[in-house]
Formats: sequence, C-alpha cells, structure tokens
Amino acid sequence: MKALLIGECRGGQVLDATWELFGYAAQACAEPLLFMVGTKEAVAGAGVRVLLADASKQGEYNPEAHKLLILEAIRRESPDQIVFMHSSYGWDLAPRVAAALGVAQSSEVIGIAEGGFELCACNAKMRRTVVPTTAKIVVTLQGGAFQGQKPAGSTEIQDLDVEASSRLEFLGYEEPEKKDVNLATAEIIVSAGRGVGKKDNVQIIEALAKALGGELGASRPVVDSGWVAQSHQVGTTGQTVAPKLYVACGISGAIQHLAGMRKSEFILAINKDKDAPIGEVADVLVVADLLQFVPALTAKLGR
Amino acid sequence: MAFRMNEYDEFAVEEAVRLKEKLGGEPDVTVLSIGPDRVGEVIKKALAMGCDRGVHVRDPESTSRDPWQIASMIAAFAKDKDFDLVFTGMQSQDRGSAQVGPLVAEILGLPCVTTVVAFEWADGLVTLRRELEGGLRAGFRLRCPAVLTCQLGLNTPRYPTLPNIMKAKKKEITLLQPGELGLPAALAVTKAFRAPERKGSGLILEGDVASLVDRVIALLKEKTAVLR
Ligand SMILES: Cc1cc2nc3c(=O)[nH]c(=O)nc-3n(C[C@H](O)[C@H](O)[C@H](O)COP(=O)(O)OP(=O)(O)OC[C@H]3O[C@@H](n4cnc5c(N)ncnc54)[C@H](O)[C@@H]3O)c2cc1C
Repeated sequence: MKALLIGECRGGQVLDATWELFGYAAQACAEPLLFMVGTKEAVAGAGVRVLLADASKQGEYNPEAHKLLILEAIRRESPDQIVFMHSSYGWDLAPRVAAALGVAQSSEVIGIAEGGFELCACNAKMRRTVVPTTAKIVVTLQGGAFQGQKPAGSTEIQDLDVEASSRLEFLGYEEPEKKDVNLATAEIIVSAGRGVGKKDNVQIIEALAKALGGELGASRPVVDSGWVAQSHQVGTTGQTVAPKLYVACGISGAIQHLAGMRKSEFILAINKDKDAPIGEVADVLVVADLLQFVPALTAKLGR
Repeated sequence: MAFRMNEYDEFAVEEAVRLKEKLGGEPDVTVLSIGPDRVGEVIKKALAMGCDRGVHVRDPESTSRDPWQIASMIAAFAKDKDFDLVFTGMQSQDRGSAQVGPLVAEILGLPCVTTVVAFEWADGLVTLRRELEGGLRAGFRLRCPAVLTCQLGLNTPRYPTLPNIMKAKKKEITLLQPGELGLPAALAVTKAFRAPERKGSGLILEGDVASLVDRVIALLKEKTAVLR
C-alpha cells in the first residue's frame, strides 16, 4: 500500500504536525511519500522521497493551484491513500482533491479500524467507525492522534510543477493581536466555558482564579460571545498552555480545546455532565453545577 | 436528546441575512436543510432570522448519508439558481467532516474559501479572512459567485424576535425528495456508532457541594504543588 502524505510548510518551515503523517503511515503499513509545496531548504533533511513544488511560485496557501499539484502527484505515483492533517490547510484542500478524484474522504481520523477508520462524532461524545467503499481514499488525521515520527531514510527530492491560475487573490497573513496575558508561562489557569451561562457569571470563575493566585482562561465560545477577551482563549486557535494546575469550569472538552491544555500537569474539571469528554483528560472530574460548586470552593480557599 | 440548528450554520444564516439588510433587502436568501421532519423547525428559525424562503429536502435517512451525498443534493438544487453566494457552516457539530462546503463548490465549479471569520461585500467583490492555527489569519479577495464556509465568531447570530417568528410562518417552504435531487450512491458507510470506552484514569467525584469542596481541596493539596 502506498500513501501520499501531504505535508505543510508555513513561513518557509515544515510544520511539526507533518511528521504525524508518518506515524499514521507506519500504523497503516503504508509506503510513505511526501508531497509539499515548500522550499528545498525546508525539506533538505526530510529522510524520505519528496515531491516538491515551489512555494515561491505557487504560494504557501493557494488551494486551487495546490489541488492541481496534488492531482499531478497522484497521476505520477498512483497512491492508494492521500493523507492530510485535519488542519486549516488539510480540511480545506482534502475535499477538493477527493471531489476531483470522485473518491471517499474520511475526516479527522483518530485511529485505524477493521477495513476503515475511527472518527469522533457529536462533539467528541461518540465514536464512529467508517468504511470507505472506493479503491483510492482521502484521509485527514486529527492532530495528536498519531505519534510524530521523522523518517530516517535518504532524502530524494523530485520537482513538481503545474501551470495554475487562481480565482482567489491572497492578501497576506495577519498575526493575532499581541497578548496582554501570557498564559503559556502561568502556573495556574482557571478557565470559563460556555457552561458559565452568561457574561455576569464569569466573575465567579475570576474569583476562583484570584483565590488560587492564577490567571483566567476561556474556551472559544466564551470569547466569541465577548464575555472574555481573546487573549485569554485556550486551544488550537488560542494559546497552548501547560500550567501546574488547570481548572476547566463548564467546558465540554472539544478536541480544539484539549489540544491547547492537555499537557497541563493536573487538570480539575467541573461539569454537570458526567460523560463530558473533558473527563478523558481530567485528573479529577467534579460532577456539579459550577454556579454552586465554584463559589463554595472559592470561599473555602479564602479562609 | 434535543435538536437544534448546527452552531456553525447559525453564523452562515446570520451573515447572509446581514448582507441582505446591508444591500437594502434586495438579495433573496434561500435556506436549505436536508433531514427528517424535525429539520423543519431549523428552517423556520432561519426564516425568522430573516431568510426569504426555505427548502426542506425531506430525507429520514440523512444521518446515514455521507458528505458526498449531502453535497451532491445541495449542488443539484443550487445548479440552476444563479446564487451569487453559498454560505455553509465550516463543519457540523455531529459529524465534523468539514467536507460539504468545499464539495459543493467543486461540484458547481465555484471558488471556495473555508473557515471564514471576516466577510465584506462590495459590488460582487468579496474580501475575506480565513482562520489558521494559533489565531493567525489569511486574507483573500474573490469575485462572486463563490462558496464560503463560516467559522465560529464570524458574527453574533441574532435571536429571532416574536414578530419575526410570526412573519416567518407566512414564508414559503418547498418540500423536495432526495430522488428529485439525483441522490448518488454513498462513497463511505458508517459501520458502528457508539460511546467511547472511558480512557481517562481520572477520578470522578459526585455528591453534595460541601463535601465535594473538601475532597477537592484535599486532592489539590496532595497531588499538586500549588496548594499548601
Ligand atoms: C477550527 C476550529 C478551531 C477551534 N478553536 C478553539 C479553541 O482554540 N478553543 C476552544 O475552546 N474551542 C475552539 N473551537 C470550538 C470547539 O470545537 C468547541 O465548540 C468549544 O471548545 C466548546 O466550548 P465549551 O466547552 O465552552 O462549550 P460547550 O461545548 O457548549 O460545553 C459547555 C459545557 O458546560 C457544561 N455545563 C453547562 N452548564 C453547566 C453548569 N451550570 N455547571 C457545570 N457545567 C455546566 C455542559 O455539560 C458542557 O459540557 C474550535 C473549533 C473549530 C472548528
């Protein structure tokens, strides 16, 4: 079995997640082949055969051109699987490739199952086993589901090029606003999730953070609703944190949140749902209404 | 179990309605949903938010369809309607495949930007930002027609007001069968659907609040260096 692994390059650097594709290929017993739109320097020590398209010509993100490049790579190599990370690059590009080939795509795969794949469903509360029925398949992998594994063979770079126009005009990257809080170095973080119910209740979480001498964190919906500033957001599109103590109040435990805090030393979760997926990473899950439990904990700590 | 509109789709509906309002009500906004009878409620909500007309593809089997089948039905409906813009959620909450929007675009041959967090329209020219990891954003410009998939935080979806809920009752909802939209064969099948085995080795604490507080403080003292 042969797998075409679609690597990612940003700002001239290979993204670390690219090596997770190789962890998957090893588990799937597939012969790996790396595709990347990048630079020779970036893939110089890749340790594997690379089909390289020039990022200075094709752009680091240009889905219409990248799709054609990948189709050209598939034409040359006839891989059985085309594998992406389930990242902003991968979830955008994979369906375009799958549609062009008329083949099945399995999204955000967390494991390999008999004849198919394990996927999450219903905000990570359920699991689904999906079996593609087409010969070729497109797959995207959940970040962190497969161990990163750098290939140790010899690097062989083969150039790939197509003439592609694009209907999308790329206007450039925009960095996130400067953070007024650096959660990355905080020892204690107490985070508010949508379970707090309304903006006024955020102060209950802030009070606990203060009593513990920690910083306030938040899940994305709390930020999107304007209850807490974006600089406090934890997760894939916020900050990645690893405090000594992380307290998750009313946070369900979606993968995008977990990705930002699962390396915390000790995780305390407060949730009224005993089956909330946050329980998978929590050292302690307190099953309670946070509106009652959190103020009581704060009061006791204050004494 | 309670059913409601997919969270990501709320941002899509809101953005379409905002564009309509900004352009003095001229654009005609159609909301389409595929599913069993209960999705009728979702369509009514979108109409109450400000969409002009609804299309309900009545498909009791919708939860077992794969993204390719769903996208094919949407594209078949949209094919001859000359929509300037198709807004979808970037993914669904239940499946999270993030495939349907880009698949619709590919079938229709339209440009597509996914994970949109900012949108501006000026005379058929659309300026967008899409979200990457860590809060990084990438800007794009494109000309309509196009397919856009909407990410959380694109806007603040409105709650339908009572007068608008009443008005929505008079709006037209077209019923269609999957067969009328040329439902293709599935490319993938779901073999199992189940709750995950509990992997966490964590402790689950239940009980009355006062004793929970005492147990948590004792645990924090014992297991972490932050409480002394
Ligand atoms: C591309 C992408 C990027 C994303 N990036 C991020 C990110 O960086 N960070 C992030 O957090 N999310 C991110 N998300 C969103 C993520 O998928 C989830 O939607 C989000 O994390 C859910 O937030 P939540 O847990 O606060 O809310 P919900 O999922 O709504 O959970 C609320 C929880 O509160 C509990 N609860 C309710 N009331 C109470 C009460 N009174 N007492 C105790 N518990 C209660 C409920 O049982 C539930 O478990 C991203 C999504 C996408 C698609």
